[in-house]
Amino acid sequence: MIAEFALALLWLAAALALLQLGLGSYALTVRGAQFLPAVRPVAVAQGVLVAVSFALLIVLFVRSDLSVKLVAANSHSLKPLIYKISGTWGNHEGSMLLWITVMGLAGGLIALLERRLNDRTLIATLAGQAFVSLGFYAFLLFASNPFERLNPAPAEGNGLNPLLQDPGLAFHPPTLYIGYVGLSIAFSFAIGAMVTRDVGPTFARAMRPWVLGAWIFLTLGIVAGSWWAYYTLGWGGWWFWDPVENASLMPWLAATALLHSVSVLATRGALKAWTVMLAVVAFSMSMVGTFLVRSGILTSVHAFAVDPERGSFILALLAIYIGGALALFGLRASTVTEGSRFHLFSREGALVMNNVLLVGILGIVLMGTLYPLVTEAFGTKVSVGPPYFNPVSAIFVFPMLVIMAVGPLMRWRQDNGKKLINLMAAPALALAVALALVVLFAGDIAILPLLGLIFAAGLAVASILPLWKRNLRRTPAHIYGMVLAHLGIAVALAGMAAESAFNTEKLVASEIGQTHTVGPWSIELQGIDPIAGPNWTALEARLVTRYGDSATQTVMNPQSRMFSSPPTATSHAALLTRWNGQLYVVLGEEGDDGRWQLRLWWKPFVPLIWYGGLLIGLGGILALVGRTARDLRRKDQPEYEPVAAPADPKPVGGREALA
Amino acid sequence: MNRWPRLPIPSPSEAARPWHEARPIMKHWAIWLPLAVFGVLFALFATGLIAPGDRTIVSQMIGKPLPAFDLPQAVPDRPAVTRANFTDGKPKLLNVFASWCVPCVAEAPYLQQLADVGVEINGVAIRDRGPDVQAFLARNGNPYARIGSDDVSKIQFDLGSSGVPETFVIDGKGMITYQHIGDIRAEHVPVILEKLKEAQ
Repeated sequence: MIAEFALALLWLAAALALLQLGLGSYALTVRGAQFLPAVRPVAVAQGVLVAVSFALLIVLFVRSDLSVKLVAANSHSLKPLIYKISGTWGNHEGSMLLWITVMGLAGGLIALLERRLNDRTLIATLAGQAFVSLGFYAFLLFASNPFERLNPAPAEGNGLNPLLQDPGLAFHPPTLYIGYVGLSIAFSFAIGAMVTRDVGPTFARAMRPWVLGAWIFLTLGIVAGSWWAYYTLGWGGWWFWDPVENASLMPWLAATALLHSVSVLATRGALKAWTVMLAVVAFSMSMVGTFLVRSGILTSVHAFAVDPERGSFILALLAIYIGGALALFGLRASTVTEGSRFHLFSREGALVMNNVLLVGILGIVLMGTLYPLVTEAFGTKVSVGPPYFNPVSAIFVFPMLVIMAVGPLMRWRQDNGKKLINLMAAPALALAVALALVVLFAGDIAILPLLGLIFAAGLAVASILPLWKRNLRRTPAHIYGMVLAHLGIAVALAGMAAESAFNTEKLVASEIGQTHTVGPWSIELQGIDPIAGPNWTALEARLVTRYGDSATQTVMNPQSRMFSSPPTATSHAALLTRWNGQLYVVLGEEGDDGRWQLRLWWKPFVPLIWYGGLLIGLGGILALVGRTARDLRRKDQPEYEPVAAPADPKPVGGREALA
Repeated sequence: MNRWPRLPIPSPSEAARPWHEARPIMKHWAIWLPLAVFGVLFALFATGLIAPGDRTIVSQMIGKPLPAFDLPQAVPDRPAVTRANFTDGKPKLLNVFASWCVPCVAEAPYLQQLADVGVEINGVAIRDRGPDVQAFLARNGNPYARIGSDDVSKIQFDLGSSGVPETFVIDGKGMITYQHIGDIRAEHVPVILEKLKEAQ
């Protein structure tokens, strides 16, 4: 019964989305203006219905109702509760329902909370959100119904891929999804504003918190995903430039660019067309990513729900939504009024360059991801990996780091560079000291890690300079947010560079009782014991580790697990984190001679990658909270940054905004 | 403080003019650029969907001599395989298989058919154990004249084989003339016989 009821709710929600689109569009015409107030409640109701439908799917999974095909295919009655719940979104149909739920809830939240935006633009936005949702409702109801029954019901389910049975992965996909799909709000805002020709600072201020919110989730989701890949796949890597990873990175890059250009629009009324285009591109990248992952046109280690028919459906959605939005952009962007002018050497100028570089990186990632597809059309098979992505994106990343260091210290409109030169002495010094230290102690390392380390040092110092000589108590929270996020980039960069520069790895075949060294560690294999978990059995190694000459010994227990349903072997790495790095050990197979394979890594400073990622997310949260509190406090005042009055009140030859 | 050199700041009138004048033209086409880029992407995706590329990896070794190898015996009742077994003037099959491979079970009857008409098949068991291979042969029949055991996929990679099962036609002088990827089905048997005849 639950399944049928949930399916009925889903149909009802789809009908409401249709109503939301129809009513919203009619309300925008001259005659339909009296319907304007009716659209918000419809959007809220639609959000509630689809969310209840999703909640009921979770209930079906928790109760292991095997008469539902999706549950039977992905769950197992013996699975721990948390993985029964996470099984809901660990498959194609469930994750598409989560997708549409996030879209519905986002639309509902806008309808409930958004009060600053011009009413007509808001209604156009809600209609846009409904328009995009409808395509995905159709996809769900016609091509991937999650509530389909299975008759007769099997006695037991198939179980969930053991790699996915991990606490990290229980939360990584929904977090990523909220961010990924949350960007649909920016997309709908852009459509709404283009329809009503209302692109301006008010629009930007209204859109910013929603973009920021989605961006925070996306950031944390990517960080969690990278951490999960690092410790469950047992390869010791944290980023593989896999198509699925790139699919999450591309919307993030676009959203990051959007976040910065929306600030220019909110504060200075410039970059109108560019901001609107980025808002369209960000969610388009989410949709393209979904297409790449689910259509199976690219081979990926993540490959899930590969089905060309679904691929065609999603491709049709891409054509309608991305093609439609970009066509609307082409028609309307030239009619968007010109933005304010500014000088290239100014805060706006730095933000524009940052944007261009971010979009450049986005282009590089997109090209690298799609290149195998291009060559395949000509009959050659290639695989594009770190040797392309790392150096080529570095061409854009390092200039961007310089701008990140300098930009926040510049004035809006025009900067004379005097104060800047003085301030930049500190990061330059940090960079020089880092260079000296690296050359002195690390000796011979490759150029990219070297640049990474010294730029990280420079950026770390530069990122806190915006607080220099400021009254720290009166500094608004969003400034702290920016400082924290930029500092996070520096920290993460240091981790990435250190990982590739100082990593030591060892593969050994070990007898019981033998001691091995990797980096400063000595590791003794004391024994192998069998142990059992709820739905797996494992062989667990007892490794006694000791750092340098230290007296403390720590026991580490990497496991090689055998899951019963479906029968799959996974290796469960053991990690030991010290302040200066991480020891990573994986237990392999037993050889014919009774020796055990062990993979040992010493990765100096590698946790900085994720600490940095968390700092970036935390910075976003701080900015969101600060901005929202500030907006609530003074509702109607424009929020111009305090700018010193320019000597010439009319900037004669200011630079034109991209609009 | 003021001893630092001042950065050359372009004078406002200088900086703005080129952009200003170029703008109307820029606007005209650049505004449609995103749609054009998407059009290219769409075409690429559509071709990828309509004509999915062939994902099988064809060996680069076809037409080249069989690399030298000397594999240990896999099961007691069949001799080991070396490269020398392929140079006695008679074309033969080299079949890469494993007891853990399900398609290998499916192709076993067709290998038997080939063996029954007098084709000599030499097998290479990939990453396998002797008792497992024996059990596999007991269950599915044993069409092999010789079986070698390749514990680390060394020979498999040397052959340019990317998976199990694969079957190679080797002419009497040790040249690889044909590669069959995947399990051999009923319709492939005549093809392979034809290739063996060509290799004569």
